[in-house]
Amino acid sequence: MDIDIDYVARLARIELSEGERQTFAKQLGQILEHFRKLSEVDVSGVEPSAHAHAIYNVWREDSPTPAMSVEDALMNAPAKRDNQIVVPKVVDEA
Amino acid sequence: MSSEIYYRCVSELEAMLDRREIAAVELLRVFMERKSAVDDKVGAFLSEYPDEAMSAAEASDKRRASGAKLGPLDGIPVGLKDLLAVKGQKLTCASRILENYVSPYTGTAMAKLESAGAVFWGRLNMDEFAMGSSCENSAFKKTRNPWDLSRIPGGSSGGSAAAVSAGECACSLGSDTGGSIRQPASLCGVVGLKPTYGLVSRYGLAAFASSLDQIGPFTRSVKDAAILLNAIAGYDKLDSTSVNIGIPDYLSALSPDSLRGAKIGVPSEYFIDGMDPEVRACVEKSIKKCAGLGAEIVEISLPHTDLAIPVYYIIATAEASSNLARYDGVRYTRRSAEARDVVDMYFKSRAEGFGEEVKRRVILGSYVLSSGYYDAYYLRAQKVRTLIRRDFESAFEKVDVILTPTSPTTAFKLGEKVSDPLSMYLNDIFTINVNLAGLPGISVPCGISAGGLPIGLQMIGKAFDEARLLSYAYAFEQASECNGQNPKL
Repeated sequence: MDIDIDYVARLARIELSEGERQTFAKQLGQILEHFRKLSEVDVSGVEPSAHAHAIYNVWREDSPTPAMSVEDALMNAPAKRDNQIVVPKVVDEA
Repeated sequence: MSSEIYYRCVSELEAMLDRREIAAVELLRVFMERKSAVDDKVGAFLSEYPDEAMSAAEASDKRRASGAKLGPLDGIPVGLKDLLAVKGQKLTCASRILENYVSPYTGTAMAKLESAGAVFWGRLNMDEFAMGSSCENSAFKKTRNPWDLSRIPGGSSGGSAAAVSAGECACSLGSDTGGSIRQPASLCGVVGLKPTYGLVSRYGLAAFASSLDQIGPFTRSVKDAAILLNAIAGYDKLDSTSVNIGIPDYLSALSPDSLRGAKIGVPSEYFIDGMDPEVRACVEKSIKKCAGLGAEIVEISLPHTDLAIPVYYIIATAEASSNLARYDGVRYTRRSAEARDVVDMYFKSRAEGFGEEVKRRVILGSYVLSSGYYDAYYLRAQKVRTLIRRDFESAFEKVDVILTPTSPTTAFKLGEKVSDPLSMYLNDIFTINVNLAGLPGISVPCGISAGGLPIGLQMIGKAFDEARLLSYAYAFEQASECNGQNPKL
């Protein structure tokens, strides 16, 4: 089976080397081939399972509780300033 | 009882601490010295915290001296898979992308162990982001099987299994998404338990596939697994999939006679072609042993077993592609220095930070979720997951527990399967169904191959029926002649 490796790598936001492109395209094709037996199963009327044990509407009290400090929350950010995470410019100036 | 202290069970170490035959600080030193002596060969540890551990051990000794012991784990040195959060400790997931990440908080299971007096002293190797069955996908080092250093320890929790097997910590925690506790436990000759989905909080476990992941213990005995499960099980409002049910005392539920009258299912689909004949013979002998202990053996059928691998690798990679989207260069330590703009930052940070298997799975997961393929792959896999769950529900109307091999082979050689991802995936055939159905499973040593490699027996229980599962496993273990054997390192 063929897979458009460039399109999927773009969806995954991963830049691939030329070697990775070729290896992954071949390996993912083989893996998808192995998945083909799923298409032969009769699943008409079968509900999908997102979890093993369905749990719905998990709420908790809307009351304040202690939260992580700003310092702790930002301790792993690669760049920070004024209690905020610095990122490259997203919008060009007009 | 083993003459070497580092090969003794938690329950034995607790008795020694209680009788003042050893202090917690001395016990910690025993494991530290053992680690220094063997970890150059085994390679289980990624980082260690000797000073913090020594302070925790001193505090434990003070509690015992003042009669304020916290429980059976007070003063016991525990290792943690390097994806479990402890505030101030590194958490790398064995990935370059998290090489410098330090946890800003402690996860629930680890907090429960800390408040039970456990001493965390080292962080253990794994396949990157828990993706793998051999521990060879770690970005940092290879871990070797203590029984044969030319072989893999299994994965993904390979470091957690090898460290317990080699006597470098008394017990450890790992995580199991498709067999990542049970398979390495089997290959390293220790006990590994994957609890029912929802029994142990996942808060503070770095997510791989959230509908499948569970934290569980590696131990030298079933009794120790019960001690650890007692400490870590329970409802947690910080995990919305945590299930709010009563937790029994797993330790007092253990009985050596529990297999008398037990109904044990053996699925015909699990004795497949390509299975190692020695593994097969050993598991068949173990089934006879259970019958000899009074169990009734019932042949059962799990007809959708052969679909488990495609279902698992679609669901797990889809969830992984979503969970690992957060590693984008913004918040989690590593940002590419080469990036030209914000989008380029995503592409390059992930290209530089992720290893080959992680890239392969995130791309596969993106594909099965993508427009035009979602129904054919992801949705269809979720429907077949329902059929797999129903297989188990029907089987458990007739039996109390299901017996299978844990792994189709003993430990393979390093490098043997690394270039063929599909053959590596097929290695998970006996364990992944259990995650898809959300059931508890335990691997217990059941024999040693002629080549000197451990073989594991898997017992699968009903959801939240760990008390019975552990008790059956205990009865089997007490009657097993391989009980108490250790690698010669």
